[in-house]
Amino acid sequence: MTPLLEVKNLKKHFPIHGGLLGRTTAKVYAVDGVSFDIAKGETLSLVGESGCGKSTVGKALLRLYPVTGGEVYLDGQRIDNMPARKLRPIRQRMQVVFQDPFSSLNPRMRIVDILGEPITNFGMAKNRADLREKVAQLMDKVRLPRDAMDRFPHEFSGGQRQRIGIARALAPGADLIICDEAVSALDVSVKAQIINLLVDLQDELGLALLFISHDLATVEHLTHRVAVMYLGKIVELTDRRTLFSKPHHPYTKALLSAVPVPDPTAPRNRVILTGDVPSPINPPSGCRFHTRCPLVFDRCRTEEPVLRQVGVGHESACHLTHAPGALAMS
Amino acid sequence: MSATSLPTGYTAAPVLPEILPTPKERGRVMGFVNRHPTIVIGGALVAIMVLIAILAPFLFTQDPTALAPAKRTRPPSDLYWFGTDMLGRDVYSRVLYGARVSLTVGFSVAFCAGIIGTTIGLIAGFTRGIDAIVMRVMDGLMSIPQILLAIALMALTRASVQNVIIAISITESPRVCRLVRGVVLSLREQPYVEAAIASGTRVPVIIWRHILPNTLAPLMVQATFICASAMITEATLSFIGAGTPPIIPSWGNIMAEGRALWQVKPYIVFFPAIFLSITVLAVNLLGDGLRDALDPRLAKRL
Repeated sequence: MTPLLEVKNLKKHFPIHGGLLGRTTAKVYAVDGVSFDIAKGETLSLVGESGCGKSTVGKALLRLYPVTGGEVYLDGQRIDNMPARKLRPIRQRMQVVFQDPFSSLNPRMRIVDILGEPITNFGMAKNRADLREKVAQLMDKVRLPRDAMDRFPHEFSGGQRQRIGIARALAPGADLIICDEAVSALDVSVKAQIINLLVDLQDELGLALLFISHDLATVEHLTHRVAVMYLGKIVELTDRRTLFSKPHHPYTKALLSAVPVPDPTAPRNRVILTGDVPSPINPPSGCRFHTRCPLVFDRCRTEEPVLRQVGVGHESACHLTHAPGALAMS
Repeated sequence: MSATSLPTGYTAAPVLPEILPTPKERGRVMGFVNRHPTIVIGGALVAIMVLIAILAPFLFTQDPTALAPAKRTRPPSDLYWFGTDMLGRDVYSRVLYGARVSLTVGFSVAFCAGIIGTTIGLIAGFTRGIDAIVMRVMDGLMSIPQILLAIALMALTRASVQNVIIAISITESPRVCRLVRGVVLSLREQPYVEAAIASGTRVPVIIWRHILPNTLAPLMVQATFICASAMITEATLSFIGAGTPPIIPSWGNIMAEGRALWQVKPYIVFFPAIFLSITVLAVNLLGDGLRDALDPRLAKRL
């Protein structure tokens, strides 16, 4: 069975222009060879520090900017190099929910027009009454009162706005929704509600989600599989249970140990990384994590590790081999 | 309610005296005047000037071009409120009719430069390739002093109010273009614009529905400043003889003609100058007020 979305060696480099003639003087290797796939109705989470390129992956998949290299297939159809005119109908199947519930809704449009925009774009409503009915159904789906559709975004709270954002993503009947830090700007109780809503909608509509987040604690509640990104590359990719119980990559372990535990007396064996994330303009040679890895050895500095199988459905890009869980870091 | 009806163990809280008087419902009009005095003052002055320009024939004026050599250079009096010039024309009538030229030029330039600048700015902001070229051209236009460019453009054509408007519009539109392009560049990064692209909205619709409405506020402010600047440029052009043809009374023309007699008959220059200053001040006040009212963040910072 072909996966719903298949990403092969996706690259997105941003040129830096400088000098009098605006020549390209350097490149930001924001995403540098990322591969994964998402099955129908599955949630894949993309986690990593800020600046690791996870949001760039989302935007590149949506073709919000052109892709530098690699291949993207949606239901077996290649979309990364598709001309804009042919891409428009494809957009119906792939939608996005952004982080900031305030700037993601046009402040001058009523909710009915915001939600109606994709419906009209794809010619899904026969007339105005039909459009309003479709919008009303969307409001039901995201548990908002129907009569709120004639209001403006500023009349809603952050959580309600995020529901509207989700409704807009559902509007064209998409089967893949990219949630770009969709719950990161919300406070804890609202975050929980939105996550539950997403999970319910997934069950109800068979949606596939690409959940981009920096917050592993959130991810643990809704994901099937997790891909951990570091400096434009995936360093570990596995199912949720394995990732949280038997992480392989030292970076994943460091990330996991940074997750706050709501018990101050719990014994903690924290891995504290020193230094900053290296610049994606000039990434380190060999393994990109070697400048901060507590287990670094000679080979890491010269040879770049590739993703390899370390367990069933468990890939990791690290030169170290060890029995799962045996990796002790002091 | 008596204390006996309270549940046992409870006592009623003392009734607090009303220390703060209930805020008096202030009228909407007065509230607006208090919050935005500059809009009200500027707007009122502009409105008065517009009325003067429209009603000029009914405000006890004579034919502003009628010559009366016998009555030249009369000082202000009951009969000639602002005096007469060296050809015996009534300065009061000329100043009032001159308001027509200045306001027409000011408003038309604000409108034309607004349309031209917005169109180019929108296109430049949304297409990378065009942007580089267009903005260099605009930089070039802006590097030439405005008045010189206007003089050069006027030298290419015949003097007429219409040509003055075109010339000043060309010199003013780069400013609008810069402004609109800047707003477009920041707006196109807004998640709601990206969401619109992701949900299949076509680029012209995105510009019309998501970008343009959000550029209107800064555009209106800029338009008032351009209006004021255009009136000054028109007067300058007329003053040096490169603008409105001398037969049409404009404030710049009146001042240019009165220049020779400035030391002996200062009132010929004085009255059109006062009118020009008040009008420009009024339009600028209006623009300042609009900017503060439309951009709360900027208002707080200033």
